[in-house]
Amino acid sequence: MNMMSESATEQLLNPSTSAPIVKMRGEKVELFYGQKQALHAVDLDIYKNQVTALIGPSGCGKSTFLRCLNRMNDTIAIAKVKGKITLDGEDIYDPKVDVVQLRARVGMVFQKPNPFPKSIFENVAYGPRIHGLAKSKADLDEVVVSSLQKAGLFEEVKDRLLEPGTGLSGGQQQRLCIARAIAVSPEVILMDEPCSALDPIATAKVEELISELRKNFTIVIVTHSMQQAARVSQRTAMFHLGNLVEVDETNTIFTNPTQTKTHDYITGRYG
Amino acid sequence: MTDHTVTAFDDDLRLVTRKVTEMGGYAESIVSQSVSALMRGDKSMADAIIAQDLILDNLQHELDEHAVLLIAKRQPMAVDLREIIGALRMAGDLERVGDMGKNIARRTKEIADVAFPKKLLHGLDHLNLLALEQLKNVLDSYVHKDVEKAREVISRDDEIDQVYTSLFRELLTYMMEDPRNITYCTHLLFVAKNIERIGDHCTNLAETIDFIVTGKSALSSHGSRPLSS
Repeated sequence: MNMMSESATEQLLNPSTSAPIVKMRGEKVELFYGQKQALHAVDLDIYKNQVTALIGPSGCGKSTFLRCLNRMNDTIAIAKVKGKITLDGEDIYDPKVDVVQLRARVGMVFQKPNPFPKSIFENVAYGPRIHGLAKSKADLDEVVVSSLQKAGLFEEVKDRLLEPGTGLSGGQQQRLCIARAIAVSPEVILMDEPCSALDPIATAKVEELISELRKNFTIVIVTHSMQQAARVSQRTAMFHLGNLVEVDETNTIFTNPTQTKTHDYITGRYG
Repeated sequence: MTDHTVTAFDDDLRLVTRKVTEMGGYAESIVSQSVSALMRGDKSMADAIIAQDLILDNLQHELDEHAVLLIAKRQPMAVDLREIIGALRMAGDLERVGDMGKNIARRTKEIADVAFPKKLLHGLDHLNLLALEQLKNVLDSYVHKDVEKAREVISRDDEIDQVYTSLFRELLTYMMEDPRNITYCTHLLFVAKNIERIGDHCTNLAETIDFIVTGKSALSSHGSRPLSS
């Protein structure tokens, strides 16, 4: 008789309890803006289908690290990255890597919603079109609709897909940007303070969306809201002055952190 | 520990710990007086104890309201969160300690005029002194956030259980000797049980202090009650 161990059954029924798979890995990541070193030998694993929150005071390097994960820092002439960052074990800074393809696999959502000055439909269709992901108009329609649905926006905009994306409310614009990011079927989504310009209701919707997206994507989020990090993430990494101070399960970080710096920061005793 | 950037947060937290300490003071006073009132058969002292318990209840209510407001306003994290949750738990235990003292006071009023063997009262007094010592130590460990002292309280609860069990047997013997003893012996048995429960609440308080300081839940063996419970 084929008997399954209890833990194996549990893992099948509830995959989140199985051992996490490393999706991205930073090894001794250092970043220099000219002479100024902004990151010091950061070792950090990003687990698949988990939300990893990066926290820390302004200027601690959390956004800088986030931007290293899809080579956004390449756009800054004086920025120089050392160390190694891998995606599924492959070095993303290898000269052979096509940065455009990399950013299709590792998408990004920014602090302020930044829809293109185009229609809602075109905002989402843009990525799949330039990456050649839709073979026909019907394919493209399907990608746009499913992306808007995944971003929890479709019901609100289905009757005005051809209206400009910039005409939506802030919260809707941010979800449009998330729909745009997921339209190219990325594996990892990077979010840089995605809710800082949103009201509490729009924030709640985005947070709900993050929890939903985690099933299919790996998410890294930079946030200044401790409560948000505590609510949405499974792991939290604390940065300070370009160093990774501590990384642990979110529940541990917010109830009983090991490092004094983390403790002082999350309890509002910093500086 | 450094202060919060928002200084009002520190004031709010200090108020929480001050209320717990204040409750501790009342609980201690109730426990120490309750057996004295019983030994002397002093009904007016018993009334004073019952009045003190009301103050304790009100303090718990105030602490509850303050803590809820603090959580809503500040969304505390880590040690701050543990401090507040711990204070709420401790207030619950201290309020129960007060109730135990109040029960003894009520019983005192019932049996104040009965003359019973001094030996039994000495046994109860001894039990009460042990419980009071535990309560004092656990409150000290709260003020100084002294985990070692709190853990000593947990390990000494067995002593109270043993004295309680021997008192239980003694009372049973008296009851078997003469059925006329049953009424007051039953009252005294409940008093002993109340004191034994105070000991258990001290263990709970000690565990909460451990949690506040270390962030880990201490699991003690005090779940196993004495056979005579």
